[in-house]
Amino acid sequence: MDAGQTAQDVARRSYGRLVAMLAARGTGLAAAEDALADAFAAALATWPARGIPANPEAWLVTTARNRLANTRRSRRVSEAATGEILMRLGDAQAASDFPDERLKLLFVCAHPDIDPSIRTPLMLQTVLGLDAARIASAFAVQPAAMGQRLVRAKARIGASGLRFEVPDVADLDLRVADVLEAIYGAYGTGWDAIAGADGDEKGLSGEAIYLGRLVAALLPDHPEPKGLLSLMLFCEARRPARFDAAGAFVPLAAQDARRWTRDLIIEADALLTLASKAGRFGRFQCEAAIQSVHVQRPIVGHLNHEAIGLLYRMLVAHAPTLGNRVGQAAATLDAGDPARALDQLDAIESDGKERYQPYWVTRRACLEALGRPDEAGQALERAIGLTEHPRLRAYLLASARPTTEGVDRAG
Amino acid sequence: MQYMLILNETAEEFAKRNHPQQAAEYWGGWNAFIGAMAAAGVIVKGDGLLGPETATTVRLRDGQRQIQDGPFAETKEQLGGYFVIEVPDLDAAIAWALKAPSAAYASVEVRPVLVMPAPPAA
Repeated sequence: MDAGQTAQDVARRSYGRLVAMLAARGTGLAAAEDALADAFAAALATWPARGIPANPEAWLVTTARNRLANTRRSRRVSEAATGEILMRLGDAQAASDFPDERLKLLFVCAHPDIDPSIRTPLMLQTVLGLDAARIASAFAVQPAAMGQRLVRAKARIGASGLRFEVPDVADLDLRVADVLEAIYGAYGTGWDAIAGADGDEKGLSGEAIYLGRLVAALLPDHPEPKGLLSLMLFCEARRPARFDAAGAFVPLAAQDARRWTRDLIIEADALLTLASKAGRFGRFQCEAAIQSVHVQRPIVGHLNHEAIGLLYRMLVAHAPTLGNRVGQAAATLDAGDPARALDQLDAIESDGKERYQPYWVTRRACLEALGRPDEAGQALERAIGLTEHPRLRAYLLASARPTTEGVDRAG
Repeated sequence: MQYMLILNETAEEFAKRNHPQQAAEYWGGWNAFIGAMAAAGVIVKGDGLLGPETATTVRLRDGQRQIQDGPFAETKEQLGGYFVIEVPDLDAAIAWALKAPSAAYASVEVRPVLVMPAPPAA
């Protein structure tokens, strides 16, 4: 990891801890962020070059105090709030080992009273300090609109008095699931949607993994955070193999396993093993297990279709989402049963399938395998029209050229 | 809500429209995009436009007609076509704009359609 990345991680950690500390002690979330935003920006600007201070939190607190003192007339932070924050920052500096309140912050961001669509952006901003413009791009939202939604969500936290606390045991599993869902939402922005043929192909996957590591560390007794982290690391390990040297898309079954990142696979496997010791089924552990079977293909020499089929049955029974059901149909097709795969697709009633690109890709493959080329062509056309990634579009367009593969397979 | 997707193209992409090898992929991408919008039932109206070299720009200045060949300004991207779509909100319009092939190499501008106030009853 380079110096810039290290500085960024330390700044992020310290920033999140200080925002969480201020917010948990009764300062409004927006006021807490305003107080620290400049200090955080200064840290990102100076630490990579000058090195990370011995006590990063104290550095941020001092910088924030100085800025606050200089801008007491700031229009963003009200006079009363400024005094309050200065006092609390003073506390923080006195006790540099203040408790880590970030878990409470995560629970507030993913609170049931907060609209699910804004939970992930809220987390990215308050815990990691990402700016609204970057978040807006990742979520394909107008930057001004994203800014307003974040402000409204923070106001709602203040107005409805959402408590900064770890939920009761009775609610805990459900509330943890909400937190994990929001973190996974950030990972998704970096996987299929973001194009960026030359630049930042990763979207927010690095940020999502950071949050995944954080929540796994903060909730060591829970298996699902480890399951989520394992799932993300498995996907991350395969990232270098998703495109070949010429930049063309390579589907999973054709990927060169030598280009997978071995260290990440080892870590992901270890996390999954650790999680499974709790003996509690969970959606993310199940998805990670499916990934684990896939990465065993080059070791055992074939894909264990039975294991994948069983895992998908459990996953769909537990979480019958559009993505999981399409994934199940794709697995059925891979296992050599296109007719049943098509039945599984036909059984999906969600309206979202009309605009869900993987549904049409899978449908096309089923129809082609069944020797129905005209319908397969129509499904492919829909898939291409719903594809955002230019290299995926190029791959699908190239696959439209007439082949006899469908006929062969059916015959 | 109605939004216009203003589809900008580069000169290289305009050139692919009639290119013997590249036309199929060019039109394949666009036809699929337009087909997906049509299948979703969001298209109000829309057209592709011939390239900027076919444009004529007219102005009236101080009573003088000024007629010139070409588009109103020479830029790297030129208008290649447009669609007016009916979708619930700007988020949905942006989601479609990102699927336009030109989003990956040029740009798509998304603008709300101006809703004219109803004329006073006669």
